[in-house]
Amino acid sequence: MKFLAEYRDPKVAHRLLDEIRSAVTRPWVIMEICGGQTHAIVRNGIDELLPTEIELVHGPGCPVCVTSLELIEKAQAIASIPDLIFVSFGDMLRVPGGRKDLLTVRSEGADIRAVYSPLEALKIAKEHPDRQVVFFAVGFETTAPNTAMLVAQAAREGVGNLSLLVSHVLVPPAMTALLDSPRNRVQAYLAAGHVCTVMGWQQYEPIARKYSVPIIVTGFEPLDLLSGILSAVRQLEAGDANVENRYARMVSREGNRTAQQQVGEVFEICDRAWRGIGVIPRSGLRLREKYQAFDAERRFAAIDLQVAESPDCISGVILQGLKKPAECPHFGKRCTPSIPLGATMVSSEGACAAYYLYHRSQPRVKD
Amino acid sequence: MSDSPPEPIDLADCPLPIAPHDTIQMGHGAGGRMTQSLISRLFRWAFDNEALNKLDDMAVVPLDGSKLSVSTDSFVVDPIFFPGGDIGELAVYGTVNDVAMAGARPVYLTAAFIIEEGLPLTDLTRVVISMRDAARRCDVTIITGDTKVVPKGKGDKLFITTTGIGVVTHPHTISGSNLQPGDKIILSGSIAEHGMAVLSKREGMRFEIPVESDAANLHPLVCPLVRTFGAGIHAMRDATRGGVAAVLNEFAAGSKVGIRIQEQAIPILPAVASACGMLGLDPLYVANEGKMLLSVAADRADQILTMMRAHPLGKNAAIIGDVVAGSAGLVSMQTLLGSWRIVDVPLSEQLPRIC
Repeated sequence: MKFLAEYRDPKVAHRLLDEIRSAVTRPWVIMEICGGQTHAIVRNGIDELLPTEIELVHGPGCPVCVTSLELIEKAQAIASIPDLIFVSFGDMLRVPGGRKDLLTVRSEGADIRAVYSPLEALKIAKEHPDRQVVFFAVGFETTAPNTAMLVAQAAREGVGNLSLLVSHVLVPPAMTALLDSPRNRVQAYLAAGHVCTVMGWQQYEPIARKYSVPIIVTGFEPLDLLSGILSAVRQLEAGDANVENRYARMVSREGNRTAQQQVGEVFEICDRAWRGIGVIPRSGLRLREKYQAFDAERRFAAIDLQVAESPDCISGVILQGLKKPAECPHFGKRCTPSIPLGATMVSSEGACAAYYLYHRSQPRVKD
Repeated sequence: MSDSPPEPIDLADCPLPIAPHDTIQMGHGAGGRMTQSLISRLFRWAFDNEALNKLDDMAVVPLDGSKLSVSTDSFVVDPIFFPGGDIGELAVYGTVNDVAMAGARPVYLTAAFIIEEGLPLTDLTRVVISMRDAARRCDVTIITGDTKVVPKGKGDKLFITTTGIGVVTHPHTISGSNLQPGDKIILSGSIAEHGMAVLSKREGMRFEIPVESDAANLHPLVCPLVRTFGAGIHAMRDATRGGVAAVLNEFAAGSKVGIRIQEQAIPILPAVASACGMLGLDPLYVANEGKMLLSVAADRADQILTMMRAHPLGKNAAIIGDVVAGSAGLVSMQTLLGSWRIVDVPLSEQLPRIC
């Protein structure tokens, strides 16, 4: 296990901040893609330490936040089927649907289990051969290889009582969708380091070229984030638009080929609805025909859904970097992590939750 | 005792129906905001009295000229055996520590067992022996108890409730409602070890964290402190469920003061910090079972720290912050980078059932 202290060194951090200050001459808007980066930025107060010219806007890289309301409702409906075991990452349990969340469904009697790894769903399925087990497969390219492994292994072992509700999403199509929007403000991206460990950074090269945006592969510790921001500022100031890897200890250009092959074997690309944003073409993964037997949406097709998003939640605008959480009139009032109006207030990667937890009011800290 | 049903007016007055949930959620038992809301809106409303309303983990009450410290706690940890301890040891230390946090000498314990049908007798024996040994180490006597068995599937192996009674012989007020502006906040050692040790043994966790639970009897650390520094110690609390963040927020809210801490001053083992990072957990919210927080008079803080560090249970103790007037109830932390952020009350379950 790699220790983290060297990526949190305050002296180096302040040197990087000095370099950022001396590099910047005018305002720039930089988007960090990943919700994990948003939380790290706000938790460490990095946004407050940056020169005022640099505005960080928070991207859609929170799989929990962008899972469509329809799939959340479908998950609740499937989880409520008697005798079924519904398996999910913990974060998904608190995401509000139209009327309630999965935790409420659990307290009403459903057997819903939080896991850290998709393969636990296989174990549960084998322990309960007489019960249907459904795994809520949520996540970006980072978690897709684990889901693919679950499907491949279940197929190999002939585990018939397991199926998946698949909501996997892909990052690059969302990045281009934001850049294509007439309201786009983003001038440079900090690409999500974890996603790049799997996918590499080749796929960003055409995006950087076509849209003339610098894309910096960035990690999650304070020094990772600061050096990513510094690279972005230097490129913006110089008029460059290259892909640059500032997370080299984890990421290579090609990424993890084995994991990519595993995903390609099990999944194919499809259009996917993103909560708050809408359908983005070719931005999701679905099971290939060969693995359709594991598709929970097919297995439990006869489910009647009524879907209605809270009209008061502006998470879609926040996920596109057009507004900050505190600009929402309901932020911290009607909408808190206890009673979230939308998914961005829920997840450990949601931007509203980050602001609520760490930034809600400026602490009066001076003596 | 009356068995008559509650008057209708009681139910009409009950403030709970305006809560966001109309059933009990896991978060109501997790020691965070939801637990606080349940306690203040239902239990405090219903049982309303001076001792309870202080909302300390123990109550200090007068009895025939002496003062008693009384605490009760239920233990539902899963798994019941974990690196560095088990549910039996936890049930003794947890309650003894709560009693001791009033500066009391723990004397007696009671123990109630709710056992799931089918529990191997060898497991129960192991737990009971572990309780016996822990009680001996704490110099407390388990004087009475209760045994109930529930059908298989209606419980989870073993739940234990212990009640502790201790004697308070000092005249000082040591309470979460007694922090004073200017106080220093002392943390007795490195954090998040119990929670991470238990988590590493959870079904499905795919890595081992080289850390053991810190479960320990804190009375030997507390006793000489209270005897020597008495009025200089304003508040003490062991940082169990909800971690350091929960206790600091309870302190700040209970005393209507602000608390400022320094991230770099907080002791944590590198392996624990890394494991928390990997799992996306904030170590400030992870449970401990042998660590405590103190709020002490500034002019005694260095002496208190020196005495704590001389004891094995406090060898990594550190001053992590101070208490300020104003910004009542707000806990803020200066990050490693020098910026400030809020340390909020934990909302609900970060890790289920670890104490």
